[in-house]
Amino acid sequence: MSTTAPAVSTTATTAPPTPVKRPFNFSRWFAATGWRHLVGIVMIVFSVFPLLYVLSASLNPGGTLLQSNGLFSSIGIDSYVALFTNPQRPYAAWFANTLVIGITTAVGTVFLGALAAYCFSRMRFTGRRMGLLSLLIVQIFPQLLAVVAIFLLLTTLGDVFPILGLDNQIALIMVYLGGALGVNTYLMYGFFNTVPSSLDEAAKLDGAGHARIFFTIILRLVAPILAVVGLLSFIATTNDFVISSVVLVTPEKQTLAVGLYQFVSDEFTSNWGVFAAGAVLAALPVMALFLYLQKYIVSGLTAGAVK
Amino acid sequence: MSTGTQPTRTGGSPSSAESKRSKRAGRIAEQASGGIVALLIKIALLAVVDAIAVYALFILFLKQDWVIFAIVLVITAAVNIIYFTRGLLPLKYLAPGLVFLLIFQVFVIGYTAYISFTNYGTGHNSTKEDAVTALIQSAQYRVPDSPTYGLTIVEQLGAFSFLVTDPEGDVSIGNTESPLSDVSDAEMSGGKAVGLSGYNTLDFTDIITNQDAIAAMTVQISDDPNDGALRTPDGSSAYLYLSTLSFDEAADTMTNTDTGVVYADTGNGAFTSESGDELLPGWSVVVGWDNYAKAFTDQSIRGPLLSVTAWTFAFALLSVATTFVLGLFLAIVFNDMRMRGRKFYRVLMILPYAFPGFLGALVWAGMLNKDFGFVNLALLGGAEIPWLTDEWLAKFSILFVNLWLGFPYMFLVCTGALQSIPDELQEAAKMDGANPWQVFRRIKFPLLLVSIAPLLIASFAFNFNNFNLIYMLTNGGPRDAAASINVGASDILISMVYKVAFVGANRDYGLASAFSIIIFLIVAIISIVSFRQTKALEDLN
Repeated sequence: MSTTAPAVSTTATTAPPTPVKRPFNFSRWFAATGWRHLVGIVMIVFSVFPLLYVLSASLNPGGTLLQSNGLFSSIGIDSYVALFTNPQRPYAAWFANTLVIGITTAVGTVFLGALAAYCFSRMRFTGRRMGLLSLLIVQIFPQLLAVVAIFLLLTTLGDVFPILGLDNQIALIMVYLGGALGVNTYLMYGFFNTVPSSLDEAAKLDGAGHARIFFTIILRLVAPILAVVGLLSFIATTNDFVISSVVLVTPEKQTLAVGLYQFVSDEFTSNWGVFAAGAVLAALPVMALFLYLQKYIVSGLTAGAVK
Repeated sequence: MSTGTQPTRTGGSPSSAESKRSKRAGRIAEQASGGIVALLIKIALLAVVDAIAVYALFILFLKQDWVIFAIVLVITAAVNIIYFTRGLLPLKYLAPGLVFLLIFQVFVIGYTAYISFTNYGTGHNSTKEDAVTALIQSAQYRVPDSPTYGLTIVEQLGAFSFLVTDPEGDVSIGNTESPLSDVSDAEMSGGKAVGLSGYNTLDFTDIITNQDAIAAMTVQISDDPNDGALRTPDGSSAYLYLSTLSFDEAADTMTNTDTGVVYADTGNGAFTSESGDELLPGWSVVVGWDNYAKAFTDQSIRGPLLSVTAWTFAFALLSVATTFVLGLFLAIVFNDMRMRGRKFYRVLMILPYAFPGFLGALVWAGMLNKDFGFVNLALLGGAEIPWLTDEWLAKFSILFVNLWLGFPYMFLVCTGALQSIPDELQEAAKMDGANPWQVFRRIKFPLLLVSIAPLLIASFAFNFNNFNLIYMLTNGGPRDAAASINVGASDILISMVYKVAFVGANRDYGLASAFSIIIFLIVAIISIVSFRQTKALEDLN
């Protein structure tokens, strides 16, 4: 307080001519920043409108596609109630499955990726460059291209071990973990390299083994990238339709992507309100998390692709 | 450690923050030096892994599945060697991820290649042995005036079996997998076996609840499928069924006993008569390059394959171009420090990117619906524009929706790249008399491209396989009527693979895998070229 007051008075006395307020001129304002607001408003309508539409559809008690066109014309939570009361459409189970599969896969991906990244970043061994390069090459071929082989592999495995067969969520998680090394390892590898290795050496001098260094020192220091990779993996798993639709058959075991799609494609127009309610509930947590961690995700995406 | 803890004892209020840190450092150091706990955890984890592996090997041994047995054995041995020998430190860290990577990413690619050389699919998805049994069962008829067998349904470990008393009074048991075999210690009641130790007898209500499963059971009389099988209509008596097809193992032929037609194994995975009729189900066989030949020579497949490939490239390129242009434009527009409320605009414009992609596509599918959608009814006042069902409009709609889904990403990325360009460059250019367009075109844009180019390639690769958008929005439609496979005008390669393999009654895994391999090759070529390009761009910098 006491330091700011004189500063204000000095600027007011020493430099009066520059900030003289020019009279407001609309065309000048428009040429400088006004048109930007116009673009902004148009873009906001474009980006937000579909979201408002789905929110309104979910709150419309009528529930058909036709009735949803009257935006916010009537409000009710009938669709949300219907969402949880139809046993043929186990929305709660879908939601729980998506969370369980997504979180397990994210944790597994982070752990496996961190192990590999630590290895590539801190150890020097023959085949290291080769290993990094092959990881890059393998991830060029996305897993979903091999979906037919995955399906037949799980069919075969399921005859021997039902837990690794079709219609089993553990099998699905293991398939997802097959993609754990790859982009994520590169993202983490880059970040691990920014942690000075003098820290490891100091710990080593104090008698810490490699495992202790990894679990108690490195993992704490790279926590931000672990969060980013975990979140990206979670979002990717949630959005996956191809593999999960092939692996999971029973409605109670399916994820939101598979369940909601099959539900809405059955009777597209009449189930619209209930679908909208399901979509809103499914999207809210993801969007909240995304906006909350937005800065990290974007930096992660950029860094990962550049490196 | 002793120095680390000292300040906490003597420490007064001013050094409390420091002592807290040194306390934490001491704790970390203590954890770091404890080796015995780590060793115990390691041994426990390996014990669990080995226990599971031994169990798996035991089951595989019983099932005589030697290929998987060998694979499990090798992996288990490798894991034990890696973790019990002193060296091999890098492998200790890589092994867990590598196991999953090798099985579910590398192996499946090789397996895809193998399947693409087979006729795996509907009608050809099991072994020849299974096909013979299935064919004989499917042609079964009840033998007229055949004797009635006394029957009790018994259950063991969730699997049903027939406990059969034949007209002579002999008792035997069998189920769908194993033919009848004699038993001697059955519990008898009124000349009929009603129970067997180790099995639970099903009562009437159990039979009613499981009647579909029981009615579908066929139990072979003997090892030879030609001897006939027992089936039951009611769960209490069974009748002999014979098949009109009889299998001659020596000649490797199937004969229809009614018509006398002989079907022979001609090597294409099904019993085929001389006139070319096939008995289905058949079995899967290696057919060599047939699937690839079909894809490139059969007009009803080659046409769609070429147009789908062309559209996949067009879609991926246009998606990147449209989202990038809009994103860059917005980044420039909102990169003006004088503008107020930039944060507000930014957050609202990011929303489509935060919204899960598959839901976004489904919501737009509703809004663009021809008869009831918001766009036609509310915005265009009742126009009946077939946004999703006309070939070119569907393609336009896909690009439009992808613009909605994808521009925020490009906006964010371009904003970041623009802000990282030093202001001095712009000022120096202004001093030299460059106008704003020249500043952008000659200075900012090339610099921006250096950092954005890899992201554009990544975006292209993503859109090249953007299955969710296509499948959720238009389902690939409108369907191409001239094609012999299930494919539509707005399908991209990956959605075509999915539809050929998993949608509809006629699934063709072999052909779908061949398409997959073709995509693999395309992607590989693009990647090689683009990696070279980005290297060149980086050298420019």
